[in-house]
Amino acid sequence: MSRYIRFRDFDWVLFVFVLIICALGVSEIYSATLHTKFEGMHLKQVYWIIVGVALMFLISLVNYQALLEMVPWLYGFSLVSLVSVLLFGKKYLGARRWIDFRIFHFQPSEWVKLVLILTMAKYFADYTEKELPFRELVNAGLVVLFPMLLVLKQPDLGTTLTYIPISIMALILGGMKAKHGLILLIIASVLTPVAWKWGLKPYQKERIATFVEPEADSHGSGYQVIQSLVAVGSGGMWGKGVAKGTQTQGQFLPVPHTDFIFAAWSEEHGFVGALLLLLLYFGVLMRLIHDAQTAPDRAGVFLIMGVVAVLAFHVLVNVGMVVGFVPVTGIPLPLMSYGGSSILFTFAALGIVMNVRMRRFVN
Amino acid sequence: MNGREEKVPLIRLAIVQYVVLGIFVLLIFGLWRLQILHSDTYANMAEQNRVKEVPILAPRGRLLDREGRPVVDNYPSFSALLLRSQGKACDGNLDVIAEGLHLDPVELKTRVKKLSALPGYQPIFIKYDITPDELAFIESHRNELPELDTIIVHRRLYPKNGFMAHLVGYVGEVSEDMLNNPRYELYNSGDVVGQSGVEAEYNDMLMGKNGSRRVLVNSKGKEVGELSDSPAVAGQTLQLTIDLDLQIAAEEAIGDKPGAIVAMDPKTGEVLAMVSRPTFDPNAFAVRISSKEWNALLTDPGKPLLNKAIQAQLAPGSVFKIIMSVAGWQEGIAQNLHVNCGGGASFYGRYFKCWVKGAHGSVGLTKGIYQSCDVFFYTLAERLGIGRIAKYAAALGLGQKTGIDLPQEVSGVMPSEEWKLKNFRQKWYAGETISVGIGQGAVATTPVQLLRAASAISMGGLMVRPHVVFPDKVPGNYRSALHYTDKKEIPIDPAGWQTITDAMSEVLLPQGTAPSAHIAGVDIAGKTGSAQTISNTLKAKVANKGAYKDNGWFVGFTPRRNPDIVVCVLFEGGEHGALAARLATRVIKAYEDKKNHKPMQHLKPPAEDSTPGERAPGSVPPPAAARASKPTEITGLWSEGGSDSGHLLAARFRVENGEQKFRRAVAAPGLEQFAMNTAPGQNNNLPERKKHAPWDNLPVVVGVLPEPLWRAGETR
Repeated sequence: MSRYIRFRDFDWVLFVFVLIICALGVSEIYSATLHTKFEGMHLKQVYWIIVGVALMFLISLVNYQALLEMVPWLYGFSLVSLVSVLLFGKKYLGARRWIDFRIFHFQPSEWVKLVLILTMAKYFADYTEKELPFRELVNAGLVVLFPMLLVLKQPDLGTTLTYIPISIMALILGGMKAKHGLILLIIASVLTPVAWKWGLKPYQKERIATFVEPEADSHGSGYQVIQSLVAVGSGGMWGKGVAKGTQTQGQFLPVPHTDFIFAAWSEEHGFVGALLLLLLYFGVLMRLIHDAQTAPDRAGVFLIMGVVAVLAFHVLVNVGMVVGFVPVTGIPLPLMSYGGSSILFTFAALGIVMNVRMRRFVN
Repeated sequence: MNGREEKVPLIRLAIVQYVVLGIFVLLIFGLWRLQILHSDTYANMAEQNRVKEVPILAPRGRLLDREGRPVVDNYPSFSALLLRSQGKACDGNLDVIAEGLHLDPVELKTRVKKLSALPGYQPIFIKYDITPDELAFIESHRNELPELDTIIVHRRLYPKNGFMAHLVGYVGEVSEDMLNNPRYELYNSGDVVGQSGVEAEYNDMLMGKNGSRRVLVNSKGKEVGELSDSPAVAGQTLQLTIDLDLQIAAEEAIGDKPGAIVAMDPKTGEVLAMVSRPTFDPNAFAVRISSKEWNALLTDPGKPLLNKAIQAQLAPGSVFKIIMSVAGWQEGIAQNLHVNCGGGASFYGRYFKCWVKGAHGSVGLTKGIYQSCDVFFYTLAERLGIGRIAKYAAALGLGQKTGIDLPQEVSGVMPSEEWKLKNFRQKWYAGETISVGIGQGAVATTPVQLLRAASAISMGGLMVRPHVVFPDKVPGNYRSALHYTDKKEIPIDPAGWQTITDAMSEVLLPQGTAPSAHIAGVDIAGKTGSAQTISNTLKAKVANKGAYKDNGWFVGFTPRRNPDIVVCVLFEGGEHGALAARLATRVIKAYEDKKNHKPMQHLKPPAEDSTPGERAPGSVPPPAAARASKPTEITGLWSEGGSDSGHLLAARFRVENGEQKFRRAVAAPGLEQFAMNTAPGQNNNLPERKKHAPWDNLPVVVGVLPEPLWRAGETR
C-alpha cells in the first residue's frame, strides 16, 4: 500500500499556513517574554515546533486504518493513563495533570483528545446508517463521558470542555436527529445549574462570575479579563509595534506568551494584525474541511472533522476569552501559545490529517 | 466497503463550514468592537495602567528665632515598604526582611497579614525612619527582594528634651475630622499637617505644595521610566519673635517645675520666650507615636500637652492688685485711701485675713503694692464695687483671649454681676467682691493674659497683642497677621502710672515681697502673687496638703520706665510669689546680660582652641568636663548685709572655672548641626560680637559661693 503514498499529496498549502502561524507565534513569544524571567522561550518553542513537525511526518507515514484498528487498545490505555495521573500525578497549583517522567512531564489529557478523535472515527466508520438511533447516541456519548469525568476530576475544566466538540462534531456528522439534538440541548441546560452547584471548584465559579462582571473584582480574578480587554482595545487599528505593547511589556497582561498570546499579538499588531491571524486560522480550518471533503472514506472524514472541531473550539474559546466573550478557562491558542503539549498535540492531529489526505487516491 | 453509502453527506460538512465562518465573524466583530469602536477608551486605560503619579513631598518650612537661628528643621528620613503584586502576599522573604531591618519576624508577619486586605497597589509600610545600615541592606538586595522598597520623606527635627515644645507644637497626619472641616478643605488624606502650636497656626505657610512625578511603572508598581515632573514647592521659612537666648534662659530657669514663663516686648507684643512645664518631646510625633506613648501623654496628671502659658486658667492672686490699683486710681479712690492693717478686717459681717502674720500698720497705695497688703485691697474693692473692677479688668484684657497667634487659647474668667447672673442665675454677693480684690474668688487668668495686662500698665496704657511671628514677614492674606500691629490705648493717668510702677519696683527691694529676686543694677518693677488653689477652710480638711500648694505668680518688667521686656511666671505649687519672681529675674538677667554683652549665667564657655565666632558651625562643642580649665582661687572682701557692726569680712574661695562665659546660642538644643545653614546668609544681620577682652577669661562668680578655703581671722 505504501507505494501509493506520495508526499506530492501531502497538504503543502495547509503546512505553509500552519508554519506561518507558528512563526508569528514564535515572534510574539519573543516579544512578550523580552526582559522577563521567561526570556528566550521563543527558542524552546522553535524546538517544540521542529519536534512537532517531525511527529507530524511520522504519523502521516503510519496508515490511519492501522491506527483505527488499534482504537480499543488506545482507548483502554487512555483510561488507564487518566486513572494513573489521578493516583501518581504531580500536583501543581492544586491540580493533578502531569506524570513526571524526569525528562519531560506527560499530560495524558492532551493525547486523550487524539484517541477520542480516533475512537469517534472508528465508531462512526463502522456505523453507516443514515440516521443515528438514540441508543447509539447514548453509547457514543458514554465513550466520551468516561475520560471527560476523569479529566474533570484532575481538575482541568478547559481540557474537559475540548472533548465536547469532538463528540458533537461526530454526532452531527454521524446523522444525529434534530429531535435528539434538541433533547441533548435541554438536558445540558438543565444540568448546567447542577454542575454549577456541585461540579465546579470555587476558583472556576469565580472565573465565570468574573466573566459576567469583571469590574466587580478588578484587582482579583477580574484583573486578567480587564487587562486583556485593555491590551486588545488599546492596540487600535495598527497596533503599538513589536515589543512596544505597554500592557504586554509592563507585565499588566497575565501570561502573555501562553493563554493570552492573542491579546499580546492584538496589542502590538492592532486590528489589522489580529485580522490577519484570524484569517490564517480560518484558512487552516477551511483547508481542513476541504481535505475532509476529499477523504477516501467515512473514517477519514470523521478523523479530519474531529481535528477541525478541536482546533475551531480552541480558537473560539481562546480568542473569545481575550475579547471578553467567554470566561477565562486556560485553553491555549493552538500553534501560537507557548507549550510543548499543545504544539505536539496539534502537529500530531495534523499528522493524522496528512495521513488521510495522502491516501485519498488509495481506493 | 460499499461505496456511496459510506460517504458522509457533503451538506453536513457545509453546515460545519458555515458554523466555523460564523464563529470567525463573531470573533472579528469582537475585535472590531474593542480595537476600532472603543479603542480610545482602552488606550486611556492602558495609559492609566502604566503611568503613575508619584507625589513629591514638599519639605515643611523651617522655624527660625528672631535672629535667624534654627529652631525647627527637617531631616531626610527613609521608610521601608513592601510592594505587592496583584494581591499576592510576599510571605516567603519576610524572615530575611525582618532580619535585615531588625524587626521581629512574628510581628512583621502579623502586620503584613493584617494589611493584606488592602488593595494590591497600596504598599505596606514596615519600618519608618530606617538607619543607614538598614538602607544599605535594602539597596544591596534589590534583585533578591524586589518587593522591598524605600521612600524618602522629610521629617521634622524638633529641639531635644521638649525645648519650646508647646510654642512650636508638632505635626501629624491629617485626621478624618480635620478633612471634614471646611478650614482644611485643601488638604488631602495622608498630608502631614501641624497639630498644635505654631505648626498648626501657620500650617498653610509652612506646609508648602507637594509636587508630583509622572512615572512609567510595570504591573508590580516598579518604576521603569519617567515622563515628567512638577517640582514640589517647599514650605516657607517662618521667623519667630522668640529670642533663643531668652528662651534657653527661661527653659533653664523653670527646670522641671510645673508652670509657665512668658516674656514679651511690651512695645510691640513680640513674644520673646514661652515655656510650659511639664513638657513633651515633639520628635516622638515626627515619626509615629505609639498608642502607648500617646496615652501616657494624655493621661499624665501634669497634662504635658497643655500649653500652660495660654491654656492654664488660674486665680492670679495678688498680681491682680496692680489691676485693682489702676482701677482705684482712675476712679480717684486709691490715691487717697489709707487703711490700718491689723492683720485682717471685717466686711459685710465676715472677717477677711491679711496674708501677713503680724500687721502692716498704716498702708497707702505704694505700701499696699510692695507689701501686697490684703486689707488695703479689700477696702479698695469694697469702695470700687465689682462693676468698676470688672470694667478696668476687662479693659486690660482679663477674661478675654489675648488673640495670640497660637491655637486653643482660653479666655479665663473675670467675674461681674452680669457674668454670675448669666452663668449661675444667681445674684452677686457683695462679699465676693472682697475676694476678687486680691485676685481670688472666681477670677481666673492665663499667664499670657496677665502678661498683657502688666505690659499695658508698664507702658502707661499701651495695649499690644502678643504674637510669635513678625506680622510683616508672613503673607499679607494671612488670617490673623494684620491685627498684631494694632495697638490700643487704655487711659491711665500718668501720675497713677508713675506711682504704681514705682511701688512695683519696690517689690524687689528689701521692703518688698520679693527681695530675694533682686538683681543689682537692674531696674525691675514687678508684682508677686500667691494664689490659693482651694479655700483655706477646705485645705485644713484634706490630708494631702502638698497637692494643693498655693500657686506662685510674678509679673515684672525692666526698665521701670519705658520697659523693653515684660515677663510673667506661673510656678504651680510654688507657694510664694517670690520664688516665681526669682525665675522671672533669671530671664530678665539673661536679657540684660545679652544687651550688655556680658557673660551669661546659663551659657557654657566656648572651646578653648577657638573663639565662638570662628568655631566651625555644626561642630559639636566638646563636653563640659573637657572644657573645664583648672579651678581658680579668688579672695573676697565684704561686709555682711544688714549687720550694723561695720566689720569687713574676708575669705578665699576656690572657684571651678568652667562655665559662666558668654556665648550666644547657635541654634535650639539638638539643632546645632543646622546652624551652618543659616550662618552665611541670615546671620549677617546679627550684631557684631565684641572682641574678647583679657579679663573675659577670669572666672565670674554668680550665685552661691562655695565654702571658703580660708576665712579672715582663722589660722591657716
